[in-house]
Amino acid sequence: MEGRIQRILLIVIGAVLAAPVYAAQPEDLELEPLVVREPERREVDVDAIDSEDWEIGVFGGLMNVEDFGTNSVVGVRLAYHVTEDLFVEGMYGRTTLGETSFERLSGGAQILTDDERDMSYYNVSVGWNLFPGESFLGRRWAYKGGLYLVAGAGSTEFGGDDRFTINAGVGYRLIATDWLAFHVDVRDHVFKSDLLGTSETRHNIEFSGGLTLFF
Amino acid sequence: MTQPKRTNGATARPASMDLWLRAGICALLLLASLPAAAWFEDHQPSVVVADPFIEMHTGPGRGYPIYYVAGEGDEVVVLKRRTNWFKIRGPRDKEGWVHIDQLRRTLDLAGEPIDFGAVGLEQFRGRRWEMGMTGGDFDGARTLSAYVGFALTPNISLQVEGTQILGDFSDGLMATGNIIMYPFPSWRVSPFFTIGTGVIKTEPQTTVVQAEDRQDEIVHAGAGANLYLSDRFILRVEYKRHTVLTSRDDNQEVDQWKAGFSVFF
Repeated sequence: MEGRIQRILLIVIGAVLAAPVYAAQPEDLELEPLVVREPERREVDVDAIDSEDWEIGVFGGLMNVEDFGTNSVVGVRLAYHVTEDLFVEGMYGRTTLGETSFERLSGGAQILTDDERDMSYYNVSVGWNLFPGESFLGRRWAYKGGLYLVAGAGSTEFGGDDRFTINAGVGYRLIATDWLAFHVDVRDHVFKSDLLGTSETRHNIEFSGGLTLFF
Repeated sequence: MTQPKRTNGATARPASMDLWLRAGICALLLLASLPAAAWFEDHQPSVVVADPFIEMHTGPGRGYPIYYVAGEGDEVVVLKRRTNWFKIRGPRDKEGWVHIDQLRRTLDLAGEPIDFGAVGLEQFRGRRWEMGMTGGDFDGARTLSAYVGFALTPNISLQVEGTQILGDFSDGLMATGNIIMYPFPSWRVSPFFTIGTGVIKTEPQTTVVQAEDRQDEIVHAGAGANLYLSDRFILRVEYKRHTVLTSRDDNQEVDQWKAGFSVFF
């Protein structure tokens, strides 16, 4: 049964793919009357040239939240390249908090409800392309890319509260094609939290990889 | 068949995660189709090299090696742009990235010079859209704001701004619409005055016991200055005096200071 359906599907797909080929058969085309065309003069409008200064993408990785363990994080990023050296980047990420050692040892005591363990953050940062250049993979491939430093501010939400958050980090952008890039990032998200009694500065390290598209 | 299997797989994951993934994939697909759609309408002018030569880099940056050179009189096609770098197709279909400074002396096919103007003070003065991000102080609490502005004339612009207020005892969100007046729009350091109105929503931190959520209207007046840095960057400093129209007997006066940067288009 399944095999037959697959076969039918393949035939349909094949027919669809083949259609343009039939259409392009020379005998189907009518001969156009011969017209002498003046060479077309196109005004050069520099502003109309397609500019690809925006970069959008997704990332995923691991995020360590102080006291709450390490969990997976996923997110989206949007960057605008102002110059070849500087870019502005906005990020939004989500992770889930694990249990604190206190919760595990006390057996049963819960500091946060399940909903409050969903953590999300956003930030806007300025990035500096530090070492742009080519990287080589074996003898055959050369990729454009480079290290970048980022630093910025934003907000982190968990446990029912928003916290002002500073982030800083370093990343590597590997530009596979003109429009596709791969990223590896390490970032520290720093905020103050009084969730466990006293208000303390907490460092939360995130390690992620992702891909972005230029448009 | 395969249909039920897939449904099972999706429900096994947490619902929020699934939604998130799906939204991400949809956004990516949508964006992947954008370059393809733009492909057909691209303006890809041909220009003629007037300098003795122009250097073609492998990527849009000075760190990428020069791998080909187009000489005087060569016709090249400008394909696209990233910041101040242009991707061109030169002789023998070689493609590479050229800095704007090297294209400045190119000619169009009729032999006329082309204006490859870099972004400068003139573009800053004539900017239409700008968006920016500021951080600051709101009565002792920290704030993060993002805004989008549109210039009606060089002197007047409209702005929509969202602010997140992060205090030790309460959080808040503020949304405002502002009118900005620039008395001297041609100055590099351009002062401005602003008035506006909006709403502010305050919610106490969960570790604070009393107090409930509030939503109030807010009006403000303020002043500040834009400093044009370079390229598309503007530095922005602003002071606002807010009047919170509370439901209590007294209105509340709040000072806000903020500084940040914006980019214009």
